[in-house]
Amino acid sequence: MAKTTAHGDNYINYEKGLWSWLTTVDHKRIGLMYFITVMFFFFIGGVMALLLRLELFAPNTAPNVGQILANGDVYNQVMTYHGAIMVFMVIVPGIPAILGNFFLPLHIGAKDVAFPKINLLSWYCFMAGAILAIATFFTTKIDTGWTFYTPYSIRTGTATALMVLAAFIMGMSSILTGLNFIVTVHKLRAPGMTMHRMPLFVWSLYATAILQMLATPVLGITLLLLAVERFLGIGIFDPKLGGDPVLFQHFFWFYSHPAVYIMVIPAMGIVSELITTFSKKVIFGYTAIAYSSLGIAAVSFFVWGHHMFVSGQSETTGIIFSFLTMLVGVPTAIKMFNWVATFYKGSVEFRTPMLYALGFMFLFAIGGVTGIMLATLPIDVHFHDTYFVVAHFHYVMVGGTLMSLMGGYYYWFPKMFGKMYSESTARMSFVFIFIGFNVTFFPQFILGAMGMPRRYFDYIPAYETLNKISTVGSWLIGIGFLFGLYTIVHGLLKGEKAPMNPWGSKTLEWQTPSPPPHDNFSVEPVVTAGPYEYR
Amino acid sequence: MMWFNIAKAQSFMPTQGTEIAKQVDNLYGFLLVTSFIACVLVIGGMIYFVWKYRRKTPNDKTAYISHNTALEFLWSFIPLVIFLGVFGWGWYIYHQMRAMPKNALEINVLGKQWAWEVEYKNGYKTVNEIVVPINQDVKILLTSSDVIHSFFVPSFRIKQDAVPGRYTALWFKADKLGDFHLFCTEYCGTSHSGMIGKLKVVSREDFDKYMEQGQEERNLPLGEKGKKLFAVKACASCHAVDSPATMVGPSLFQKFGHEETMDDGTKIMFDENYIRESILEPNKHIVKGFPKGVMPTFQGQLNENELGALVEYIKNLK
Repeated sequence: MAKTTAHGDNYINYEKGLWSWLTTVDHKRIGLMYFITVMFFFFIGGVMALLLRLELFAPNTAPNVGQILANGDVYNQVMTYHGAIMVFMVIVPGIPAILGNFFLPLHIGAKDVAFPKINLLSWYCFMAGAILAIATFFTTKIDTGWTFYTPYSIRTGTATALMVLAAFIMGMSSILTGLNFIVTVHKLRAPGMTMHRMPLFVWSLYATAILQMLATPVLGITLLLLAVERFLGIGIFDPKLGGDPVLFQHFFWFYSHPAVYIMVIPAMGIVSELITTFSKKVIFGYTAIAYSSLGIAAVSFFVWGHHMFVSGQSETTGIIFSFLTMLVGVPTAIKMFNWVATFYKGSVEFRTPMLYALGFMFLFAIGGVTGIMLATLPIDVHFHDTYFVVAHFHYVMVGGTLMSLMGGYYYWFPKMFGKMYSESTARMSFVFIFIGFNVTFFPQFILGAMGMPRRYFDYIPAYETLNKISTVGSWLIGIGFLFGLYTIVHGLLKGEKAPMNPWGSKTLEWQTPSPPPHDNFSVEPVVTAGPYEYR
Repeated sequence: MMWFNIAKAQSFMPTQGTEIAKQVDNLYGFLLVTSFIACVLVIGGMIYFVWKYRRKTPNDKTAYISHNTALEFLWSFIPLVIFLGVFGWGWYIYHQMRAMPKNALEINVLGKQWAWEVEYKNGYKTVNEIVVPINQDVKILLTSSDVIHSFFVPSFRIKQDAVPGRYTALWFKADKLGDFHLFCTEYCGTSHSGMIGKLKVVSREDFDKYMEQGQEERNLPLGEKGKKLFAVKACASCHAVDSPATMVGPSLFQKFGHEETMDDGTKIMFDENYIRESILEPNKHIVKGFPKGVMPTFQGQLNENELGALVEYIKNLK
């Protein structure tokens, strides 16, 4: 026993020193490493967003406040980095890589993920890609938008190739994480933990992992083709070389539409956890929620064409994609109804994580109905590439994924760090973020309806008032996140010691000390009931 | 149907310039109302339940309701029916948008960084301005000379990408006189947000008059022709001509006959040959302080006569 006494009693102090972190294969530590890096990138992407909104505060011709950024090129670069960082480095890895890594094994009563070393490799892949992506900032920068549409991305003189390589490497990390999760779910469940006793967060990570495994390689191939075209001059997408620029859009969205669900399905999983815990009630329609995740994942592969209704694809193609997109709406609606029904005759406690879950439902409902509008062919013809789309996907990705990610952080904060956060500042943070979010993005729906195109450095005076409101909203969000940062730092430094199960939750991760020991559970748990048995 | 009209009035959609626009707005109005009801039900239900069943004591007893098949079927089926109804309605309108009318007035539009080049059947060319007669089917044949652009007239609720290497098309029949915005909605670089054109709907007589004027402009003196070309080729979106102000590229105001400093420090006389070279091989010499590779070449797009006209025009910018 002499050796073990040198180790601390939980995963944080089990080993000491930076090197022990950089070489760790503990899923909890890797989750924390993702946490720190992703939050850093979120900060950078957020500053870019504030800059964009500041530029759009007034038309460029307005005195004093008109033009903040030097010229259209600078604006386009800031817009591109905001999008690329937020998508590839924050929202996609956000939930699976941070909370998934940390809690998937704990949820199913396992000691670790199936391939701990591959798990560490995925973090290094992510970091390599991320550093490369940031490095492009010190070269000629990039200005293609996060979508890299050809032939613009081939013709622009900026460092697209480097950025594409970075996205390729980060995609690799995503694939590795997906692979690890699928095997972990199938092979490492504790005795008695049947598939139908898994918490819904695990189900959602499982569905996401399948998407990561199957969709991400397509992005890799596409980006590789882009590089081949650029360096070897083989015509694939560039019409000058006999290629087809629209082919790129097909490839790109074949990945990026499932990617939307890579971003949002885990968010739905977290919300399911939050709602049952803080209602002290069994989830309504467990099976429907679990399988609708898989259903969404499956159908999401066949809806990519709804990004291309005006790209020149045929009328028939448009009609088929519109139809399939409507079908995806159904399982999503089912989840919303199930969550509402879970509150019925529950015991609802308004802790910060629950506020985020409610915020998620509010914003996701609006994101959902506007999604149906965009799936409707002639409506999309008008809204396509306008601010309506910008508002819609921010409602889904920020209002959906980010809200649930924040809710998840607060929910699991006691478990991850063994400390409690301050409820009052956390609530304050939520209020600012929630109100600020609506003030920022709701006017953008109206701007879109009025016809303002997206990716605009300047606009006609008719759009000024709503843009002003939107910019003010972005400041509220900024203040909200400052409160959030304060809450986290304060909680880490001065928080009270967290008990094993502060929320009275039934899932397995709460049945082990906070923070968990190196091996997660001192005795391998034996599961005899479902995850939400509040009787 | 008063509620329906209220929804439409509050939809913030731009002026309806075509019959299709009215149809689109009807469907949008329906979607707004349905969405509003759906949100009230879901969000309202949520707020009602969480408040009514808020925690009263730490040991509240909760009901154990795991599922309810009838209810779940109902709330899957009803949205499905609504979604499919909306899909069908959308299909009906979309089909009209995509079915090109026969005997339409055809206008070719070329998207380029960062302007719309318009060419009528009689050879008359304009830039960033399309004039069409009212109550006439108009078909726009689109393509692009560089990257993808997208032709969007909000008031007509129509949009179509202009893709290099192929043609795409859209049609409309304007039933309202006036000027309407034409935006580019596919991100195309530096001046994407400045790629704004005007679509003028005029009476039949005015349209015929406009076409005649276009014919006359062909017989203009050289300098005037150059001025026209300067606008048509969108040179003006990057080069100032009436002040020394720097836009995307250097100003051409009062440059003729003076020396210009290049990025490698050499000096070049701004003469006829330099103008010609800058148009045909823009990246051969770059003026100090400007990036390389921004200006596209016009090699093969201008004949000798047109080049001469441009040189004549730029010479006389005083």
